[in-house]
Amino acid sequence: MDKLSDTLGRFGGVYLLPVALGAIAFVLIGAPSSWVTLTVAGLAMGMMLFLMASGLSLVFGLMDVLNFGHSAFVSFGAFVAASVLAGLSGWLDSSSALLASAALALALLAAIAFGLAVGLFFETVIIRPVYQDHLRQILITMGALIVSEQVILAVWGGTPITVHRPSFLEGAWIIGDVSIEIYRLFAFTLGACVFVGLMILLNRTRIGLLIRAGVENREMVEALGFKINRLFIGVFMLGSALAALGGAMWAGYETLITPALGGEMMIVVFIVVIIGGLGSIEGTLLGAIIVGLTANYVGYLTPKLALASNMILMMAILMWRPSGLKPAVK
Amino acid sequence: MKQTFGTIAVKTTMLIIAALLLFAPFLFQDIRALEVAARICIFIVLVASYDLLIGYTGIVSFAHTMFFGFGAYGAAIALKQMGPGWDALALGTVAGVLVSLVVAAAIGLISLRVKAIFFAMITLATASVALVLASQLSQLTGGEDGITYRTPDIFKTATKLMVDDDGKVVRWFGVKLNGKLAAYYFVFATSLTLFLVLLRITVSPLGTVLKAIRENEMRAEAMGYRVVAYRTFVFCLAAVVASLAGSVYAVWLKYTGPDTALSFNIMIDILLMVVIGGMGTMWGAVVGAVLMVMAQYYLRDLMGAASEALHGIPLLPELLAPDRWLFWLGIIFILLVYFFPKGIVGTLMLKGART
Repeated sequence: MDKLSDTLGRFGGVYLLPVALGAIAFVLIGAPSSWVTLTVAGLAMGMMLFLMASGLSLVFGLMDVLNFGHSAFVSFGAFVAASVLAGLSGWLDSSSALLASAALALALLAAIAFGLAVGLFFETVIIRPVYQDHLRQILITMGALIVSEQVILAVWGGTPITVHRPSFLEGAWIIGDVSIEIYRLFAFTLGACVFVGLMILLNRTRIGLLIRAGVENREMVEALGFKINRLFIGVFMLGSALAALGGAMWAGYETLITPALGGEMMIVVFIVVIIGGLGSIEGTLLGAIIVGLTANYVGYLTPKLALASNMILMMAILMWRPSGLKPAVK
Repeated sequence: MKQTFGTIAVKTTMLIIAALLLFAPFLFQDIRALEVAARICIFIVLVASYDLLIGYTGIVSFAHTMFFGFGAYGAAIALKQMGPGWDALALGTVAGVLVSLVVAAAIGLISLRVKAIFFAMITLATASVALVLASQLSQLTGGEDGITYRTPDIFKTATKLMVDDDGKVVRWFGVKLNGKLAAYYFVFATSLTLFLVLLRITVSPLGTVLKAIRENEMRAEAMGYRVVAYRTFVFCLAAVVASLAGSVYAVWLKYTGPDTALSFNIMIDILLMVVIGGMGTMWGAVVGAVLMVMAQYYLRDLMGAASEALHGIPLLPELLAPDRWLFWLGIIFILLVYFFPKGIVGTLMLKGART
């Protein structure tokens, strides 16, 4: 048994979980073409979840702040992007792919900019006064979530909004008897790019070094003369922007969004960071992909279980590893 | 202990509230006021049991409505399936309590070892699954529509508790002695009992240990108290009380659905009540519940009028619309957590204590 776990550890340890999950699902599903479709869908969903969850995890790792209002950024991102796309529907409908992609880029950028701004506001006005006090943090961020949801309801109304997406992202590629939705590929690629970017930022730059040092030992970094508060603001804004981007991508994926979106995603995002282990980017990616794959496989195999599957998954992993798969915080 | 101005004020308020609730059917003779009074009774118990967690022990749980819902659905399903009778009510209540106990113990043992924040997230996830399950298992729970059922005969509005010579319902001070009155006093008596039990617990040695855990977990552990065991116990206790409150509410409403018993909005209400009233004092639960329930029923009317008055100004009417009342409560909530973390009662109690 020890030998087996050693061998597994050498080949990637917990990173093998998604692969194992895929293999089991392949056997259970039986039809390779549906398996490929489901896997691509699961990976795409996982990547979007990763975008939403990474900020939450990073902020917790660095500042020991858990933002229960994080899902507000997701909803804001989704609604801002949807509004921009609706405003630029002329560009989207035009035959030129250039204009359409410009509209898409603008929508995503607007979501990111909005995320940055709201993140700055949240950090300085709402969370700053309650550092080091978990109870009040939970309460305050919960209050902020309530207010944000009400603002969204007041501005965009309670009725579902249809999201236009550019025509070149509609439809699916068909290879053999496998059909792959283009939007899913796009979501996957974008998520992968963000992941690589984050890894480079964290592991190859000076700022990343400071962030990692701050996660490890905050007081030491302060003692060495770095202004860790500014770093906090930066990381918080980055996290909010990523969440808003994730929300914008999710809006395009769902194509019909309601103000309840944030609340629904919050639960999934929490499950992702709990599974992955708080504070680490790799863990979050792992958790997001596992959740995405499970949701799609289970949804196909036993639709009735789909809703409870995330919960069962979380319980199982917590029994096995109480602080998640790859925690960065001790 | 010398009575300070603050404690005297708080105690007087408590007596006034208790008296108002006791004579509510005679003082406010319309259906809506009685509805408000019954809701206040139930929520005092619910909020007090939640305060035992958040205020006394320092555990943040988002699953409190889930236990409330277990109790409500337990009673509702039993009354629906077995017909209106005391046996059905008792069975449903006990079933709800048992489910709450088992789920609370499971959550507690799995996740109360870890950080407070982790626990909050896990309870939130569990509660959302319970909500989804309630709307999915529609043959049992009625789905989104909920269940309507009949309660034991004595609580029927048509029931006459006392009849005069002509066979008509006797009136006391103009109030008909009918089943509605019996139902209200059933709610009032059970709520009062549960609240007194909770109050007794907080001044018992157990309550002192809980406060010790809240203040310094490591130290409590070092003194030989098994922190995880105490936390799990108090979590189960709060769950059981919430479940009982749920059953009583189910009897009062004669209807149970996701909106009245399980929705996340109730959790937000409870949080707001605890924080507004004051965490760590049972009296805070009373003040918070009274203020919030009154606001829920009467503030909306006020906001509707304000919204009408501000017609034409951009965005403000939308923010003042009656449906947006949570927006303002959210802001008040944030400000309270900033400036008066002890809530109304906590702040009042401190007043005069320093001088």
